[in-house]
Amino acid sequence: MAYPYVSDREVRVLSTYFGDPKQRHIETYVKRGGYSALEKALGMGPDDVVEIVKSSGLRGRGGAGFPTGVKWSFMPKEKKKAHYLLCNADESEPGTFKDRELMRWDPHQLIEGCLIGAHAIRAQHVYIYCRGEFFEANQVLARAVEDAYAKGYIGENILDSGHDIEVTVHQGAGAYICGEETGMMNSLEGRRGEPRIKPPFPAAVGAFGKPSTINNVETLCAIPHIVKNGGEWYRQWGTEKSPGTKLFCVSGHVIKPGNYELPLGFPLIELIEDVCGGMKDGNALKAVIPGGSSVPLINAEEARACKLDYEGCVDVGTMLGCASVIVMDEATDIVKQVRRMVDFYAHESCGQCTPCREGTTWTAQILRRIENGKGTEDDLDTLMEMTQNMVGTTICVLSDSVAAPVQSSIEKFRDEYLALIRRGERVGAA
Amino acid sequence: MPVTLTIDGQEVTVPKGTTILEAAKTIGQQVPHYCYHPGMSSPAMCRLCLVEVEGAPKPMPSCVTTVMDGQVVHTQSEEATASRKAVLEFYLVNHPLDCPICDMSGECSLQDYVHEEGRDSGRSREPKRVFGRDDFGGDVLFYGDRCVMCTRCVRFMSEVEQDTRLTVVDRGNRSVIDTFFEEGLDGTNWHGNIVDICPVGALVSKDFLHKARAWDLEHTPSICTSCSQGCNIDLHTRDNLVQRLKPRENLDVNGWWMCDHGRENYEWINQGTRIEAPLVRDGNGGSKAVDWKEVLGALLEQANGAGAVKAVASPLASNEDLGALKALVEALGGGETVYRSARAEEEIVLKGFPSLARRKDLAANTTGAELMGLERAGADDATGGLADVAGHDGVLVVLGDALEDQPADFGKNAALYVFLGSHESEASANASFVLPVTTFAEQEGTFTNVAGRVQRFWPGLQAPGMARPPWLILGALVAELTEADLPRTAADAFAALASAVPAFSGLTYDDIGTRGALVNEPVQLSGD
Repeated sequence: MAYPYVSDREVRVLSTYFGDPKQRHIETYVKRGGYSALEKALGMGPDDVVEIVKSSGLRGRGGAGFPTGVKWSFMPKEKKKAHYLLCNADESEPGTFKDRELMRWDPHQLIEGCLIGAHAIRAQHVYIYCRGEFFEANQVLARAVEDAYAKGYIGENILDSGHDIEVTVHQGAGAYICGEETGMMNSLEGRRGEPRIKPPFPAAVGAFGKPSTINNVETLCAIPHIVKNGGEWYRQWGTEKSPGTKLFCVSGHVIKPGNYELPLGFPLIELIEDVCGGMKDGNALKAVIPGGSSVPLINAEEARACKLDYEGCVDVGTMLGCASVIVMDEATDIVKQVRRMVDFYAHESCGQCTPCREGTTWTAQILRRIENGKGTEDDLDTLMEMTQNMVGTTICVLSDSVAAPVQSSIEKFRDEYLALIRRGERVGAA
Repeated sequence: MPVTLTIDGQEVTVPKGTTILEAAKTIGQQVPHYCYHPGMSSPAMCRLCLVEVEGAPKPMPSCVTTVMDGQVVHTQSEEATASRKAVLEFYLVNHPLDCPICDMSGECSLQDYVHEEGRDSGRSREPKRVFGRDDFGGDVLFYGDRCVMCTRCVRFMSEVEQDTRLTVVDRGNRSVIDTFFEEGLDGTNWHGNIVDICPVGALVSKDFLHKARAWDLEHTPSICTSCSQGCNIDLHTRDNLVQRLKPRENLDVNGWWMCDHGRENYEWINQGTRIEAPLVRDGNGGSKAVDWKEVLGALLEQANGAGAVKAVASPLASNEDLGALKALVEALGGGETVYRSARAEEEIVLKGFPSLARRKDLAANTTGAELMGLERAGADDATGGLADVAGHDGVLVVLGDALEDQPADFGKNAALYVFLGSHESEASANASFVLPVTTFAEQEGTFTNVAGRVQRFWPGLQAPGMARPPWLILGALVAELTEADLPRTAADAFAALASAVPAFSGLTYDDIGTRGALVNEPVQLSGD
């Protein structure tokens, strides 16, 4: 298939039809076996669906890696108020582009996952909160939802099962923080996109004050396959603690960047050198950010030891996050790279919590000064200490995400900072 | 259900659902905070009130974390103080150090907290963010650079006044408080409170701007006189002038708030051209300033057999003053006493604290006057209604009513016309005795509010010249005419009132204290 790049090491479960525009049509989707998992799920009790997902060991693909079945089981078993399932399609982590592709190529897979999820948590309404900048994905999704309504897969008495589930696609207005689950709920309700304090947790008080569960697009896309084939089937890939397949978004200095679906636990170095065709221009590997810009970066040595699953990344001092692998070669200016990421966070901070509101911009200012040759060695100590003051002191973890690249880059690439600082000193002396 | 926990080594028992911050207050431990205000929701965003809770993975916001049995909290541990030190440093990255020209200096909590627990010197070398100044309308001026983004003002307008006029614009470090379009705060009735609750000098009062430094002001507990709600206030005075009024917390009356009408209505207290000495008039246009002994002696002499009494009293006079007037009228053989007060057409209710409103009745002590049997006279703008009184030929006593609407021949026929007031007017020209009295700001006393709550106020200003409280002047006359004792203090005058008027019986100044106490009977203002 012509989808940008493919590799024979891939295990394509979710991404089988990437690059195939026919898959967007509901007729094709149904012909290829689509919506059969929904039919199966609707014939089961909600708790049985939760059990299947629990047995698969599926972990949330949004970044935190929390077991999906367990999350669903937090929802009240007796429905006293409306329940909502929110699909987090506000994919905006720098380096990530898997949800966009899942929505563009296979929208019904997501809708089917949403409907099964809604049934499992007794929700009567699904909101798909789609990132505003995803114009194409929004259009494709809207069309798919319309088609599914027309065919009776959404709406009242779905497939004569007696279940009513509505689906609404909500277009975001362009804020990274609306991808944080409580910020997303605020935005959905028409408020400022600002994360809420937990507790109360969404399963108790969520969107519109009602019990809600928030799942990532990729998580929900895996659901139909798991329901259809069973939890054990899903466990044939991946590791004991991180079962299944995962989409890896590889960007940066590799020959074939793109989305690759691989079993969890895949060695990072093989992803770079084999799946992605190796480093561009034959340059040496310098650093990798394996999970999107919010996780600590690792150097080449650590990258060689890194297994791409939730535990394997922690072993080398980073996190799998949403598996957005950013590869940097020897020509990369680490300070500039980190500064650009911090600029992003400073721009996207919602501004509620003081350490984040003030700290993100301050960090960016110091990094810019260092970049311009006006830094001092004291600045590095200030950065280390000040970013530490931004960890765990705020409502959400956006400011923690600033600390990760700053601290890890200073630890691992201090020489690069010092080179800029010393060059500045020489310039100053002359 | 009470919950017992340990805060800073001390065992504390508080009701279930109490926050750690409020529980700490009960043992005198004030956890620094900005965004938290007991009268509004808590967004827990200032991150200053983080405390160490044993077993919690990270410091917890004490303003929203509720207590649990057996919880062990440290507000002064290394973790807690380090956290505050760090947050304060973040505040100072952009907060201008313009304390010398900032109106809030001296009462600013950023200043206080940084002095207490902040770093000795800042590490930021970067240029500070600049927003400049914005006129928010009404009495409010916004200094954006000083804002600490606690959003108390936004929440006050949306949750308490329930008229959303302020919002946070933009996000992150560019967040700034702003009004919608050019609408501003003009026309709102409670916006002065956002200046009070702003923890720094971001929102300042235009009226008070650069008028006085906070540390030069004397604070005197008092009661707002602008309507019958009786909001508890502090008089802030300097150089024997009231510089501003601030609400004083009393959950039974006004919470933490007061209306703009009351807040802005203080210039009259500072008005000059006061009557400073007792005057005796000879009836031919001549008058003479005399001392108190002489004037009271002459007055008592003329009062003998001067006929029936008619009196006019102001509902701004205290319970003690009105009680003493009532006693004097009775001592002189009895008669009728009327009062006049302005009434607004509508109440202006503070929606988020509905027991507080600017009441229809625009005087502090109308309830007190009615409980003492005074009759309401005149129109709703406090004019007219004195036709009988103006031409009365017996004894005429006027207390506090300036009679500005009355003609020049007011009281011309009276056998004895006594005018107790702070300012002369045309209608006081015919008085045989003009006695200078103090205003509420210059004397001790009580008012009875619309709900029948008797509330004390204290003197914040020095009285001009020989002006004395009415209860003392009237009490001295009563003591001469009857067996009664001369009241030496306002408490004596109140005790005399309590023994004479059943509604007040049993109440003492000690019972009333600073929070007030209810009278014995249900109250209803005429016209309400």
